[in-house]
Amino acid sequence: MLRRTLLLGLCRGPLGRGLGTHRGGSILGKVEGRGGYRGSWMAPSSSSVTFRTQDPAHDVKTVGRLGGGDRDGKMSEIKKKIQSILPGGDWNPLYDTSHLPPESSDVVIVGGGVLGLSVAYWLKKLEKPRGAIRVLVVERDHTYSRASTVLSVGGIRQQFSVPENVQLSLFSIDFLRNINEYLAVADDPPLDIQFNPSGYLLLASEKGAAIMENNVKVQRQEGAKVCLMSPEQLRNKFPWINTEGVALASYGMEHEGWFDPWCLLQGLRRKVQSMGVLFCHGEVTRFMSSSNLMKTASGEEVNLKRIHEVHVKIDQSLEYQPVECAIVINAAGAWSGQVAELAGIGKGPPGTLQGTKLPVELRKRYVYLWHCPQGPGLETPFVIDPSGTYFRREGLGHNYLGGCSPTEEEEPDPGNLEVDHDFFQDRVWPPLAQRVPAFETLKVRSAWAGYYDYNTFDQNGVVGPHPLVINMYFATGFSGHGLQQAPAVGRAVAEMVLEGHFQTINLSSFLFSRFYSGEKVQEHNII
Amino acid sequence: MAAPKASLHLVAPVWNGGTRGIGGLSRVVAPEGNQKKGRSLLQFLADRFYDVEALRDHLLRKRVSKVHQKNRPFNHINQRYGPYVAGAYFILKQGGAVRFQGREWIRPNQRGHFSLDFLKLQAVPVEAVDASGCAINYQGLDSLLALKELQSLWLQRCPHVDDWCLSRLHPLASSLQELSLAGCPRVSERGLACLHHLWNLRRLDISDLPAVSSPGLTRILVEEMLPSCEVLGADWAQGLKLGPEEQPRDTAGPIPA
Repeated sequence: MLRRTLLLGLCRGPLGRGLGTHRGGSILGKVEGRGGYRGSWMAPSSSSVTFRTQDPAHDVKTVGRLGGGDRDGKMSEIKKKIQSILPGGDWNPLYDTSHLPPESSDVVIVGGGVLGLSVAYWLKKLEKPRGAIRVLVVERDHTYSRASTVLSVGGIRQQFSVPENVQLSLFSIDFLRNINEYLAVADDPPLDIQFNPSGYLLLASEKGAAIMENNVKVQRQEGAKVCLMSPEQLRNKFPWINTEGVALASYGMEHEGWFDPWCLLQGLRRKVQSMGVLFCHGEVTRFMSSSNLMKTASGEEVNLKRIHEVHVKIDQSLEYQPVECAIVINAAGAWSGQVAELAGIGKGPPGTLQGTKLPVELRKRYVYLWHCPQGPGLETPFVIDPSGTYFRREGLGHNYLGGCSPTEEEEPDPGNLEVDHDFFQDRVWPPLAQRVPAFETLKVRSAWAGYYDYNTFDQNGVVGPHPLVINMYFATGFSGHGLQQAPAVGRAVAEMVLEGHFQTINLSSFLFSRFYSGEKVQEHNII
Repeated sequence: MAAPKASLHLVAPVWNGGTRGIGGLSRVVAPEGNQKKGRSLLQFLADRFYDVEALRDHLLRKRVSKVHQKNRPFNHINQRYGPYVAGAYFILKQGGAVRFQGREWIRPNQRGHFSLDFLKLQAVPVEAVDASGCAINYQGLDSLLALKELQSLWLQRCPHVDDWCLSRLHPLASSLQELSLAGCPRVSERGLACLHHLWNLRRLDISDLPAVSSPGLTRILVEEMLPSCEVLGADWAQGLKLGPEEQPRDTAGPIPA
């Protein structure tokens, strides 16, 4: 038996290379060996794994306990080696490639944040037949230390001015409510995203009251449960608010609140791994593309590009792997502009379609956590002041999270994630203390900074293929409301990739071509 | 991840030419307990055979769809007899009890049968609903929210009532005076925060909620949130960590943590 397994291992060499992917000692998923054998192999961690030898007189159980400590160590090493040789292990006779991505993949998703994982999930869910598409997610930071997803305040609302945004949010809240049906993985505990259904309260001054009424009409038409409140009603409901300067308020009664984005990210990651999506810890450094000079119906000549290879550089090494691909999805968040430049988007004379860059750039935003024992109670919604300052409760202990978006002139340098505490003193605290008098005595406990993938054109997302680089799809640029729309956007992009058009929510106004034609889809309610 | 199978002894599988049979594949040393053995056997098989995995997923989906089926809306009854009768029928079908205005409680008997006399009470509003222990969930609340004059709602020990359901109760704000959520395993303090819409509430029972992290503090915060409501809940000092010297002498007052 031992001789036979060794022979099997040796013969696996050429076949192993041809399979194209080396998953190493992965615990998840099933590994397909030759013919019909299916099995899942755990990385040998305990020395209780034994193997049957030819000699029947040899007691199976005592193999692992022979001799003293040194013998034990050697035996476990030998066992590990044999384990890796057997089918399903990561033994490669030439050299170890388990850290490299596969040589080819149907879809490569650049960026492993919530948008990238959402696209991967919906691609795997909507594909026909099951298992038809190989998806690779390339993420250069597995700790997500600078990703916008995990540094986000985690709010979700339907109070937008653009109807498509309201529809996206409505589907996403539905997804979050049924998250344990969508993202169920067998044998794993159910997800608890810690959703606080406390709603959003947007305040408007005299100037913005008419716009707010209009927006609420649009939101109600799409199905959001929003109600308008006068300053009198506001004082009755929330006695801690100072309604000076407030002409109108819109309050979301249902489907709005905040949740834990890390939990959503981990849930998506776990589910997506169980569906067979491959992950790679690396950075995309190059796109190899081929061009085709084609004529449009009107006789105009257009240079259409097609990306056919993605060079993925492995983290902390000079090694890179060229991955052949059919479709590339740009979900790199705040760094999407740089990824688009790599693909040659924007390289051309300005004012033409070739010269239109992807207008997504990094913008730094601060979030402060403070403690105020006399602050508003348990019923506090996510309050957004007319000045742009916002805050919400965090937990049971009278802690509050909040911040403010700086104006264009005071944009901080996005080179690092250092927090500017003077910004709180000068720009966040005065409007807060004016709106909620209890906040005059507060103590800042901590603060952090994160990036917005800010769309400088109209602060709304970019979804869909690029008109010239025909196999690059965008799912980025949401300028601070990407997390709350991620499930719906993921589905829209998957539909675009698989069917060629949007099926459930029509996001044609979010396509890239609007940057060239100049049609802004301006979102007014951006914080 | 699955629990470490320390007691599982695996032998190298024999290549048996493509047939997938249990015999000859491996030996399983059963862990303690008969039920655990059954479950880990199913998991062991599901890890290795796609059809066992599909069967297990099918059984799980069937369980979920049973709950959905129980919470379906009775549109034909609603159209014919009105929202009050439809709501009452829904509750009685789930196993709960209903009281119409000026009448006695209507309950199903041991076998789940109930008399259909209430079908003629089309214009009589429903005043009290006792849905204790019923499998009512977010969808099922559709039928309850149509009962505009509901004064008392008991959702004790309902396994599927969670924070999302509580955020849906605001249409009953003008009439609801009594609400009981005792023993619901999925309700946490985040859902209790949206009870402030119910400004007419006079009695609220939030005792014995396992998902609430600090029951005493939550009760204090809910009492502050609903000043005219009597809140039945955990002791104020429950869940507070005291030093070794301090003894809880007076448990009626809030002790600073």
